[in-house]
Formats: sequence, C-alpha cells, structure tokens
Amino acid sequence: MSEAHSHDLPPHMRPERSFQGLILALQRFWADKGCVILQPYDMEVGAGTFHPATTMRALGPKPWNAAYVQPSRRPKDGRYGENPNRFQHYYQFQVILKPNPPNLQELYLESLAAIGIDMSLHDIRFVEDDWESPTLGAWGLGWECWCDGMEVSQFTYFQQVAGIECFPVSGELTYGLERLAMYLQGVDNGYELNFNGREGAEKVTYGDVFKQAEEEYSRHNFEYADTEMLKRHFEDAERECRMLLEAGKPEPGANDQRQKMVLPAYDQCIKASHRFNLLDARGVISVPERQSYILRVRELAKACGAAWLQTEAGGKEG
Amino acid sequence: MPELLLELFSEEIPARMQRKAAEDLQRLVTGALVDAGLHYEGAKAFATPRRLALTVTGVPARSAATREERKGPKVGAPDAAIQGFLRSAGLASIEEAHVHADPKKGDFYVAVIEKAGRETTEILAEAIPAIIRSFPWPKSMHWGTGRLQWVRPLQSILCTFGPETEDPEIVRFEVDGIRSGNVTRGHRFMAPAPFEVRRFDDYVEKLEKAKVVLDADRRRDIILHDARERAFALGLELVEDAGLLDEVAGLVEWPVVLTGTFEEEFLAIPPEVIRATIRANQKCFVLRQPGSTALANRFILVSNIEARDGGVAIAAGNGRVIRARLSDAKFFYDTDRRATLESRLPKFDAIVFHEKLGTQRERIDRIVALASEIAPLVGADVAKAREAAELAKLDLVTEMVGEFPELQGLMGRYYATAEGKDPSVAAAIEDHYKPQGPSDRVPTDPVAIAVALADKLDTLAGFWAIDEKPTGSKDPYALRRAALGVIRIVLESGLRLRLRALISSGGRVLGRNDGASGDIAADLVSFFHERLKVQLRDSGARHDLVDAVLAAGMAGAAQDDLVDIVRRVEALGAFLATEDGANLLAGYRRAANILKAEEKGGERFDGAIDPALFVAPEENALAAALERALAGAESAVEREDYAVAMTALAALRAPVDAFFDKVLVNADDPAVRANRLRMLAAFRQATQAVADFSKVGG
Repeated sequence: MSEAHSHDLPPHMRPERSFQGLILALQRFWADKGCVILQPYDMEVGAGTFHPATTMRALGPKPWNAAYVQPSRRPKDGRYGENPNRFQHYYQFQVILKPNPPNLQELYLESLAAIGIDMSLHDIRFVEDDWESPTLGAWGLGWECWCDGMEVSQFTYFQQVAGIECFPVSGELTYGLERLAMYLQGVDNGYELNFNGREGAEKVTYGDVFKQAEEEYSRHNFEYADTEMLKRHFEDAERECRMLLEAGKPEPGANDQRQKMVLPAYDQCIKASHRFNLLDARGVISVPERQSYILRVRELAKACGAAWLQTEAGGKEG
Repeated sequence: MPELLLELFSEEIPARMQRKAAEDLQRLVTGALVDAGLHYEGAKAFATPRRLALTVTGVPARSAATREERKGPKVGAPDAAIQGFLRSAGLASIEEAHVHADPKKGDFYVAVIEKAGRETTEILAEAIPAIIRSFPWPKSMHWGTGRLQWVRPLQSILCTFGPETEDPEIVRFEVDGIRSGNVTRGHRFMAPAPFEVRRFDDYVEKLEKAKVVLDADRRRDIILHDARERAFALGLELVEDAGLLDEVAGLVEWPVVLTGTFEEEFLAIPPEVIRATIRANQKCFVLRQPGSTALANRFILVSNIEARDGGVAIAAGNGRVIRARLSDAKFFYDTDRRATLESRLPKFDAIVFHEKLGTQRERIDRIVALASEIAPLVGADVAKAREAAELAKLDLVTEMVGEFPELQGLMGRYYATAEGKDPSVAAAIEDHYKPQGPSDRVPTDPVAIAVALADKLDTLAGFWAIDEKPTGSKDPYALRRAALGVIRIVLESGLRLRLRALISSGGRVLGRNDGASGDIAADLVSFFHERLKVQLRDSGARHDLVDAVLAAGMAGAAQDDLVDIVRRVEALGAFLATEDGANLLAGYRRAANILKAEEKGGERFDGAIDPALFVAPEENALAAALERALAGAESAVEREDYAVAMTALAALRAPVDAFFDKVLVNADDPAVRANRLRMLAAFRQATQAVADFSKVGG
C-alpha cells in the first residue's frame, strides 16, 4: 500500500501492518476532524449503530460528531472458529456526523488515504446499498464502499431512527475493521491478521486474541444458551424499559418538563435486542414469532427515541 | 437556434435508477418547454453514476406572445357569475373586461387575456427548479440541514442556454442553496478539478478529457468490446450477461476492463455457482472455454480508473475477494453434500409458507399428493414423480441456496445427482420451477411436468382458497406467472388435462373441499381463460376467437382442456380466413340479427322444423343441408377434428345464401314464417358446435 501517510510511524504502528495501528490511525484522523473519540459502549450490541452515541444522538437538532470502535456481536454468525471470514464477534469503527458535512464523501476518501490506501492504484466505488434496521425502526440511503471489489465500509445518510424522521440528517460511516485490515495486510484468513504489528516472537495475531472466544461463544450461542432464561430476560428488559421511561416522565405542571431517564431505558432496549439475537441463533423462534420479537424491540426503540427528544441532549429546552 | 444544456451533479446514483432518471429528466424538461409554447427540435438525456445531463436543441430564445378572448356573462348578470368570471380570467375588476354588443341576445363581457412572450431563460429558470423539487426518484432522501430531496445529495447544477455561434448564458436559478452555474467536474479520482462548460458539444468533449464517458450506451459498448477482446486474447469466450453489463456501465464513468484469476481447484464448484458468486458479489464477468459450458479460472472486471500500475493491484485485489467468496461457496457446497436432501425434511415443519396455508412441510405433502395424481395423466412414472416432489423444495434450506436464492432448484439437482438419484428425478427438482418467465425454458420430461404442474396448481388453488388473488398491478405471489406456466407446459406438451378436476384435487389436499371449492375451481378456470387469452394474443391469435370458442361449448362444460380450446381457436381462425368461412359468418350474422329482433318479445324458435310448411325448394335444400352439417360437425367435434367440423359447416354456405336470396322469412302465413325462423335458429345452433359466432369481431 502507499507509504504517503504512514511513513512517519514506526513499522508496528502502521495501519497496513497492525490491526491496532489501523484503529489508532482512524481515531487520530477523525479526532483531527473534530470528532469526540468515544470508547465502545459497555453492552452487547449487534452493530455500532446501537451505541446511544448514534441512535439517540442522531435524533434532535443538536450537532454531534463522534467516532468510536464498537465490538459487535452477531450470535448467528459464529462458525466455531472454522470460517476465516465470519465471526460472531467483530469490530466496527463508527463515525457519526450531524449534520453531515457537505463534503462527507471527500472526508471518507481522505480517511482511506490516512490508513494507507492509494487512490491512484486502487479502485474505490460507491455501490448502492439502502440500510435498514427493523429492530431500531431506522433506515437510510447510502452505499457500500468498495476497494478493488471488497466492501470496506458502509456509508449512510440516516433518514429515520427510532421511527422518528432525522433532521438535520446525520452521516454515518461504518468501517468493517477486520475486512479492512485483511485487505491492508494482504491476508486471506482473518485469524492471521497481525494484531500488534510486531514480528517474530512478539507478534500477536487476531487468532491469538479471539479464536478461542469464537469457538466458545459459538458453542454458547448455538447449543448452550438457556432459552427459557433468555425469553424471561427479554421480557424483564422489555418491562424495565417501559417502567423506566414511565418513571422518568416529568411531573405534570413541574417547571422542568424534560424526560429524566432515557439512557437507562434504552440500555434495556439494547438488552432485549441481544436476547432476541441469541434466541434466534438457538433456532427456537418461528417465523411469525420472529416478526413479533422484532416489532417488540422496535416499539421500545421508538419509545426511547420519542423520550430522548424530551431531554436536554435531545433538544428540549428546560 | 439556441440550445439548452443541463447537468445535475450528485453523489453516486444507484446504477439501476440511472436510465429511467435520464428519461424522466428529458420528459419533464421538454414537457415544460412545450407547455410554455416553446417547440424544440431535438433532445437527448444521459446518466453516469454522478450526473444526469440533458441537451435540448433548436429551442426558440423567446416564447411568442399570445392573446386569448374569453367570453363572460351578460352585462347585468348576477354578481356571483361576474365574480366567477373575474377569477377565472384573472381580472381585478369588471372594468378591465370589454363589453361586446349583441342586439339579439344582449350585451356580454369579454376578457382579453394577453400574455407577452417571455425569455426562454426566464421560463427555464422557473421550470427547472420545480422539476428538481418534484423529481420522480423511486426513493429519495434528505441530507445535511436542507429540505430538498434527491436520490443522493445533489452537489451542483450546470445550466446554460444560447445559440451555437455565441457564448451561451447561464440560466440562473437556485434550489435549496445550490446556485446554477456553468461549472462541472470530471472523474472523481482522475480529474476532480472543476471546469467551465459552454454548450453540449463542448461539455462532452471536456468530460471525455476529464475521463468521463457521458453516454451509458457507449460505456456499455466499450466494456463489451474490450471484454470480448480480453477473452479472445486469453483464448476464451466471454459469458455475456446483458443485465450485468447494464449495471456495470452504471457503476463507472471511465470503464477500464481488466482480467483476473482464481485457483483452478474452484472449478470443481458447479459453474452456475461460480457465476452467481462472481456476478452477485463482485459484478464481474466469467469466461468459458470456447464452444463449451466449462468455465475458465479467469474473470473480467471493470474498474473505474486507469491505475498507475496498469491495474495490477486492482486485479489482484478483486482476485482475492473472489477467492474468498469462492472458498465460501466451496465450503457451502461441501457442507451441503455431507447430509442428504431427505434429511432436511424435518426443518420444513418449522417454516411457515403462508399464515393461512400452513407450513412448508404441509405444502410439500400437498405437492407430493397432487404430483402423484398428475403423473399417470402426463405419462410419468408415479414413483419417480412422487420422489421428485418430495425432494423438490429441500434445497431451500441448504447453505448454498441460503446464500444465493436464485440457485434454488439447480442446487437440488446437483445434490440429488451427487446422491445418485434417478436423472429424471434430479432434473425435475430444477425444472419444477420452470418456466419462470416468457423466455424461460418449459419442462418436457414427464416427471418434471408432473411436479411443475403440481407445484403451480397447489399455489394457485391455495391462494384462491384464501382469496389472495392478483388485483390490478398487485400480484405478490406471482400467481399470473404460475398460471401462465401451467398454460405453457400444457400447450407445449399437448397435455389433455381437465384442469378443473386437478384444481379440485388441489383444494381437497388443501383440506378446503367444502361447499365453496366448486366456485373456487370455476373462478380459477376463468382466471386460466384470461391468462390464455393474453398468451394467445401475445402469440398473434385474435382474442375474439378465444371468446367465441369459450362461449360455445356444450352447456355446463368446464372448458378446462386448454389444448382443446387452442385447437378450436386455430380451426376457427383458419376457417374464417377462407371465403366460405367469411360468407358463412355473414349469413350467420344475418340470421342472428333477424332472430334477435324476433326474440325481443321473449319468443323462442327452437322447436322442430316442419317440412310440411315448406313452400320454396330452397327451404327443402337448407333443411337437408342443416341435418347433414349438424351430424357432420357433431361427429367431427366428438373426434376433435375441428377442421372437418368447420368443413361440414362450410357446406351450409350455398344453401344459406340461396335461402336468403329466394325466400322471404317474413311470410304472410304466420305458421310458415315461424317455421322459417325455426330454420334460422337451427342454423344458428349448428354453428355453435365449435364456436359462438356472435363473439367473432370485425
């Protein structure tokens, strides 16, 4: 790859040689563009979009620019560590900019250059991809971004989140870090990614860090997760979410008419969603039931989104 | 004459929407010109991934002035009438109207509406923003803090207007903060700098220098030409794919065709899988050995840039992705073959086909029952048809079909073959879905026919039973296609089937054989009639003849033998094309018109003809001819020899003509008159043997 942007880094920090170097380069790039660099949300989520820094912050009138890594769990994608391209746990690098700057495509391309992709050698393409999250009641239009035929990012202009129309519109960039790193490092097997950029005895691979976890969690997701417990937890989370929203409602007639407990309620929505994903992986949900579970999570997301607009960060005056 | 150039420059427009958007832009802008009284000479629209462009030539610089006189109410008419007139004519007060003197009817008001000619630039500056704001994208979006909707963010607008000989002027307007200008940009990576443009020829030339081929057809031609050439250079043949070609032409502004390689070991995967993988995920073309269906381990990709290294890195990168995809496909293929198709059956208990029609397992059981019933009727081995029906849907839960739904059936065939199943059983798994569309292959093997018919009839009977029929443009379960599939299979193999009985069987296995099933079957048969008419019309037959044949038939006959219906239509068409046929039709119409007038009062003339009442020899002759013709036609119809039936009827032509020539139906003696009407009725009846001539048009 190109050395233009990373030649001043020590070899083990270069994004094209080190998985963590890639993460650091993206963080540095977006920090430089004015984003707050957050840490991953401390809950099990299926994608970076679930982080309240995206779902909630995409709603309401206030500007918001943030970037973060989000470990994402998709129980169904587990392959017991046998498939070099599919993991039940992987990393997304998420950027959200509200309102989207008019040159967001150019910024995105700059970020690719910053991680060592030379645009005079590689074929970058924006290929139609409409994004939709039925559980979040969200959709947007955008593209899959291709580098030499490999999908390396998702690029979305949010139109609706939690059933609420987004205005102003946020631009969301999601980099699939493993794929991108495999491309940059020229590796065909995800487990062979160089994680720390070192060589010889010092080298730590992605497999060293995650292969055992993939095997164990695949067993858990497909065979051992207690389905009765998961169903119970789903219902508990659903109830808790509604209870918290109710309890956070302002007193009628009080001076401050803002909602006081959206984020804890939204945590419960995230929990319900992950319980559902586990139940789905366990194969105990029939097709019509599946639809109804999705709908139930969406109702929670919608209630949280509506409540968020009644908070300060959601734009409600005190 | 001046010309217009318009370019709407945006972020990447989905490939599938580009062609229609260019057409819409042309239609809307030229429509607005014509509405404003501006007639133009020519127009052409273009699309690339990042721009819609339009050129309109021969547009007058100004619209002509118009003067219109509008007649109003009488002088002294009620105020409401006056006010209405003022509103419609756009006048502020009645003093602005003229008074026309009319000594006979009374004076009345006339409004003279004069419109001055307008500068075309002014008209455009008004019309184009309105078109942009309401552009018919299939899906559009907001961005940033704006309220405009476009398919993806709209970045800039170029709009110039002027004669060829001078520098055109910018048509100035603003849409949601975007001001029109005369600047555009070239290729995103190879020529991103902005540049000024005067008019269309200059635009195309400068774009070309800036590495943008404006015309999608030209991009397609370049890709096709270069791809064939690359294939030829490798001693291979391009597997052409028009849909993919169109799509790829919509993904690049500057097509650069490259070749890549994957490992030969992947050629062990079925070629259709390789093609689907490479096509769906990578939008690349596959290559084959000349004159063979065997693929080569090469592919063609279309890049959007001329890379510094001649495309080495791009081809290598695409090759790596394809390798990863193919190793996924190989993994699926190997995994799928580790278990038999049959072992997957229990999974279908948990898959709902349709809420009201039960699980997929129940559906499979129904198709098995129906296929077993159809098998002997179409000359298929019952055991094989049964086995094929049992296996037909089982590949739906394989990994491969999960990944590539378009390979359903085909994978079942591969897996069944690998399990050593009978070849016609394996082939039926693939072919039972056919024909998918008008150009798709129709199954010909009896086993495949039995399963294909069972599958389609079960679907139709099921959705009819729960009253989910197609309406207007809505046909979510593709029931029209299913019915057309049945029709094509039946006709192309000349199958003599009673559809109604099979539909009732379908209803029975569905457990819906209640009181309503008779109505459902009858309704579904008429749906088949409708589809048959469409099918015959598309193949050039007159649909009035289909109506004539369907309306004839014996009373109560189901008219559900499609082959029989088509043969009648053909015989009728051939007969009417002869002179005898045309004359007999004329005679029929004369008789039918007389009878229609006479039957108005409710009287019928279907009694026996009484030879004792004959007066003219032509009456004797016609009566004898009728008897012969009827007997001849009926026995021919029984033998299904419709041509002979028609010939038998043709013998009536001379005696019918003579009868009308020499005999006055309206005789003075009421008994003679009634007898003659009975003779006409008998003639009308005789023609019914094959078709109802009253439905024949023209």
